[in-house]
Amino acid sequence: MTTPKPFAPAARHRLMRLRGLVRKEWLQIWRDPSSIAIAFLLPVVLLLLFGYGVSLDAKDVPLALVVDNPNPDTMTLCGHFERSKYLRPVYFVNMRHAQQAMLRRQVSAILRLRDDFSRENLQRRGTIQLIVNGTDANTARIVTGYVQGVYARWLADVQQRRRAFPPPPIQVQHRVWYNANLRSRNYLVPGLVAIIMTLIGALLTAMVMAREWERGTIEALMTTPVSMGEVLLGKVIPYFGLGLGGMALSVAMARWVFDVPFRGSMLALLAGSVLFLLVALGLGLLISTTARNQFVAGQVAIIVTFLPAFILSGFIFDIRSMPWPIRALTAIIPARHFVTILQNVFLAGDVWPLLLPSMGVLALMALVFLGLSYRKSPKRLD
Amino acid sequence: MSSHLASPDESGSPGASAPGTAIRLRGVSKRFGRGERTVWALEELSLEIPRGGITGVVGPDGAGKTTLMRLCAGLMRCDRGQVVVLDQDITRDAAAIQGRIGYMPQRFGLYEDLSVAENLNLYADLQGVPRHQRPERFQMLMQMTGLAPFLGRLAGKLSGGMKQKLGLACALVRSPELLLLDEPTVGVDPLSRRELWAIVRRFEQEEGTTVLLSTAYLDEAQRCDRVLMLDRGRLLAQGTPQWFQQQVQGRVFRIRSPRLTPRQLQAQVLGRPGVIDAALEATWVRVVVDSPQHARAEHLAPGVDPVEVEPIPPRFEDAFMELLSRDQGEQRPAAINVARSGASRAAKAADSDVVIQVQDLKRRFGDFWAVGGISFQVHRGEVFGLLGANGAGKTTTFRMLCGLLPPSGGTLRVAGVDMRRAPAQARARIGYMSQKFSLYRTLSVMQNLRFFSSAYGLRGRRRRARLQWALEQFQLAEVAGTDSGQLPLGYQQRLAMACALMHEPEIVFLDEPTSGADPVARRQFWQRINALAMQGVTVLVTTHFMEEAQYCDRMAIMIDGRLAAVDTPENIRLMAQSPENPEPTIEDAFIQLILAHRKRQ
Amino acid sequence: MLFRVLALVQKEFLALLKDRQSRFVIIGPPIIQLVVFGYAATFDVTNVPVAVLDECNTLLSRDLTARFVASPNFQLVARLEQPGQIAPVLDRQQAMLVLHIRQDFQRKLSTLGTTEVQLILDGRNSNTALIVLGYAQGIIEEFNATLRRRRGRLAQVPAQVVSRAWFNPNLQSQWFIVPGIVGLLTLVVTMLVTALSVAREREQGTFDQLLVTPYRPYELLLGKALPGFLIGLVEATFIVLVAVFWFRVPLVGSLGVLYLGVAVFLLSAIGVGLMISSLANTQQQGLLGAFLFLVPAIILSGFATPIANMPPAVQKLTLVNPMRYYLVILRGVFLQGATLEELADQFWPMLGIAAVTLAVATVMFRRRIY
Repeated sequence: MTTPKPFAPAARHRLMRLRGLVRKEWLQIWRDPSSIAIAFLLPVVLLLLFGYGVSLDAKDVPLALVVDNPNPDTMTLCGHFERSKYLRPVYFVNMRHAQQAMLRRQVSAILRLRDDFSRENLQRRGTIQLIVNGTDANTARIVTGYVQGVYARWLADVQQRRRAFPPPPIQVQHRVWYNANLRSRNYLVPGLVAIIMTLIGALLTAMVMAREWERGTIEALMTTPVSMGEVLLGKVIPYFGLGLGGMALSVAMARWVFDVPFRGSMLALLAGSVLFLLVALGLGLLISTTARNQFVAGQVAIIVTFLPAFILSGFIFDIRSMPWPIRALTAIIPARHFVTILQNVFLAGDVWPLLLPSMGVLALMALVFLGLSYRKSPKRLD
Repeated sequence: MSSHLASPDESGSPGASAPGTAIRLRGVSKRFGRGERTVWALEELSLEIPRGGITGVVGPDGAGKTTLMRLCAGLMRCDRGQVVVLDQDITRDAAAIQGRIGYMPQRFGLYEDLSVAENLNLYADLQGVPRHQRPERFQMLMQMTGLAPFLGRLAGKLSGGMKQKLGLACALVRSPELLLLDEPTVGVDPLSRRELWAIVRRFEQEEGTTVLLSTAYLDEAQRCDRVLMLDRGRLLAQGTPQWFQQQVQGRVFRIRSPRLTPRQLQAQVLGRPGVIDAALEATWVRVVVDSPQHARAEHLAPGVDPVEVEPIPPRFEDAFMELLSRDQGEQRPAAINVARSGASRAAKAADSDVVIQVQDLKRRFGDFWAVGGISFQVHRGEVFGLLGANGAGKTTTFRMLCGLLPPSGGTLRVAGVDMRRAPAQARARIGYMSQKFSLYRTLSVMQNLRFFSSAYGLRGRRRRARLQWALEQFQLAEVAGTDSGQLPLGYQQRLAMACALMHEPEIVFLDEPTSGADPVARRQFWQRINALAMQGVTVLVTTHFMEEAQYCDRMAIMIDGRLAAVDTPENIRLMAQSPENPEPTIEDAFIQLILAHRKRQ
Repeated sequence: MLFRVLALVQKEFLALLKDRQSRFVIIGPPIIQLVVFGYAATFDVTNVPVAVLDECNTLLSRDLTARFVASPNFQLVARLEQPGQIAPVLDRQQAMLVLHIRQDFQRKLSTLGTTEVQLILDGRNSNTALIVLGYAQGIIEEFNATLRRRRGRLAQVPAQVVSRAWFNPNLQSQWFIVPGIVGLLTLVVTMLVTALSVAREREQGTFDQLLVTPYRPYELLLGKALPGFLIGLVEATFIVLVAVFWFRVPLVGSLGVLYLGVAVFLLSAIGVGLMISSLANTQQQGLLGAFLFLVPAIILSGFATPIANMPPAVQKLTLVNPMRYYLVILRGVFLQGATLEELADQFWPMLGIAAVTLAVATVMFRRRIY
């Protein structure tokens, strides 16, 4: 047999080494506060910027009103438009001017009230012409809805006062669950938290292993009895702590700064966050350990983390609207699963049938990324 | 050399080797790269290192020294053969052996943003040193390394020598059975080098540690108990330093002539048949010949009279050159065509045209003064050397002179202008070769040469002529199509120099051009410098090899950002003259200056 | 001078394209992302899963349900038996919409002349919910018209607001998004090429070697900018071709205006990239800088969510985002056929950004803080 190991219990030594590594990493983080800034300052700044900046709720949309023949009816209708908080009417004397304004992007839609616009004529099933700028199809749809809504209210008003028309045979009552006021912020902010944490996870760890290699410190580490698993763990633990802090900060901001309701349980949130952080750190470590060339590693980090998280995560574009091959592709985007978890935990509650599969996938990804990082870092230099 | 393949008798217990063996290599081969680019770092290497004592590993650049160290530390796995360290096969249970060895890599593995104490504690944790043993051990280490007053200082703020001592202390936190040191003294000032040696020697004697140490300084090999000499991945020779010296016994002489400067004499001697090596040594030229009959004055320097020749006791370096030239034989490139222009250097030196004027130059990084007010002048056609340890401020000074870094204070003029504000055309008059290889690694040799020739605005016939010159003069033609990043260090240095000289500059700045190069390459390099200076080019060069100072017309010694002395090498050398030491070396003078500097602090 | 700058450009291309890995990074991902994002980034909602709870179960209620089933926008996924089933179906996202017809649905209509249906929507994605609601209301309005026609009360129907969309008659969001992707990917690629380029040379020491050659700062700038410009131009051309011939987005306006827009945008993007690069000492800093610019530049560009929806302070901030102007130009030229004169107000700010950033980069090449 080989000579007996000169140490006493191996577990105690393992713990001592791990503690030493974690303390070292903490000290390095502490001395170079850029990591702390990334973990705490960055989410606050980005969340404030994007939380307010990213919104699908159109407000004060400039609407060109062309009134050919002003009369009491057009006056009351225009009054309704002016009272709408979504639309901001701009008056034009003729269509030509209005159209020019639309080409110059000064107005988003043109509503023309022809000279035969009056209550009497209305009853003869006429049409009222609305032209929208279809460039931004989504906004165009929303604006159409706003204009139709204002017009419907005006009609109801007229009907109530003068009993002009019978009510429609079927009236729609709609109730929107989870987000009664259809505030887009309620679903965008939880998604943003996921996007921002993706970024932070990658930024925190993408370079940490590369740094050890670059400065040559890895060589000295490797000749001690420490195992590479301990080295990686020594990296993951401190950055995990930092990431969790940043996450807590983001969640608190979502709840109290952006007033997003929180309907799920802390347990579900914590479980999802822990799993996602492990994935993000694992991915960063993997990039970091495999990167021979920092230049390419940096480019890869940008390409594989941010853009897919932005577009394929369901943060803004609904995954259910995507064609099936792309829907299948989103399954490999970690942020997509975290977005699902966060949107549910915030808006719907603990819908375990939705949460569990996402958590399962995240757990699997964490295992794969961390496992691969481990495999990719043999305790040898060649 | 043993050429047997490693027999797969893995069953034979590794403990079968002699009980007194610390390291045993059997038929070890290690290659890097694959396919056409395969480089054999070690080839069929077999050797045994006994327990106890200090074993040195020497060899030219690319000989496989670092690979050998890393194999023994379990950082690499050999492609063939068996490495047994402390009676255990390192490939089987590296972690168990790593608990019993200490290792200090070439680039010290210190965390620069951790303090001295924190670094020590980290390595104590990693090595499993129980807490109650630490205070005593740390105190002993700190006392021995002289780091005790700096426990709270960040490792990054230590001087180069102190960093190396801390690195050594970290490798020694747990009293290893085997200590592996990979070029522990490179770039360190001579005094710190001596102190490092004292520490290593003390551990070897007090704790019975076996030490394996690689070094680029051949004078250090002389202090070892045993020396292994590697070349191109093979064991060239092994034995005690005395054994090495005996190989050239009776064939080492020194010569001088009042009619020629030592450098002129050296240039003459180097071209003569039968001369293995000629080096400058104070006012003498030290010559190694292949047989004593070639040591006659009329043979070595025909036509020069009078010439004094006297035999001297050999040194390790003489044997090294001899063994190397025997091994490399025809591969060793012929001497450089130096004396093309007959113009004598003396005449140029008389032309006291000042081309570089530095007055009270300062540079601060944060609260650290890298250069703390230096002044000197360099004349046209002079070779001016800047000597100092790593971190003394040599590179910072160079970067300021080339206009790459704004000074924090003082004035400087290069060829009459401040390079930082100089018009672009003024830059065409200088050439700069930086310390680190700084050409485009993904571009081939030819692409690099082409690019820099265009960058300096060379075109047409002149460009073709200069490209041709570079390929020939620097022996680059055979590697013209290779990516420069793939080249061995020696080629890279030649390529970098070719690019810096492409446009025939008047003033050349060479930052540590010989660092990492083997003695043979260094000799060649200095011959090139000589040739340049003879053509009237002004050369500024930095180095941390003390003996290279001899090649300079004038030199400055830099310590901690200040100039400790500026004079001719001879005068500086004589500063250390005393009754006990009538023939001091530059190193002696340097040590004296450092001692004076430390006392002042 | 031209000769020396060309040498610099040639060297830059060699360094960029000689390495297989880095060549792939510049060419591969943009193509993959163009295709994936072109399909993925959509606000259109199709095949909405709908569940029906018909407690009335009369001819009329079945008629209404049938209209939902027949609509191409909806897909019936479940028929529910009792109100208690609504919550699980919505919670698990099996349906986005539940059509709830109460027991008294028909009775009310025959006694009161008007009745109600209830639509319950999944509001987790409010935008999707709004669109689904629009679809459902459209179906019910048509059903109302049919009912009125049956009862011969046509005259009493009020006029409808009929909307017609200019530039994008079918309101396909792909027409909006794909030109945006042209902007997105040109920005990312030029940033990747430029933002780390100086920092990389600094780290490898080659930048020092360049600085001691007789290159003037603006020559270095040209040498660094031209490769990014050319690569950006080639990639933009490629993406425009894919947009027109693969995604069939109409290109109404003039190619001249489009390319002028591409060129001016590339200048400003390269300016930002080189500025980051010249300020960064290490590649890590360069990467961080590129990240910190790219993320807000994309999210706050109007690519997905309109700038008009942002609060005024954030809107002001977007004024320094070149991407914002570029997207307007792209969409204007593609869909509206906008002229140079109509887009002039978008060109000037980009030129301004380019001028400032390129100037800063030139100065910082030399005078950076050490």
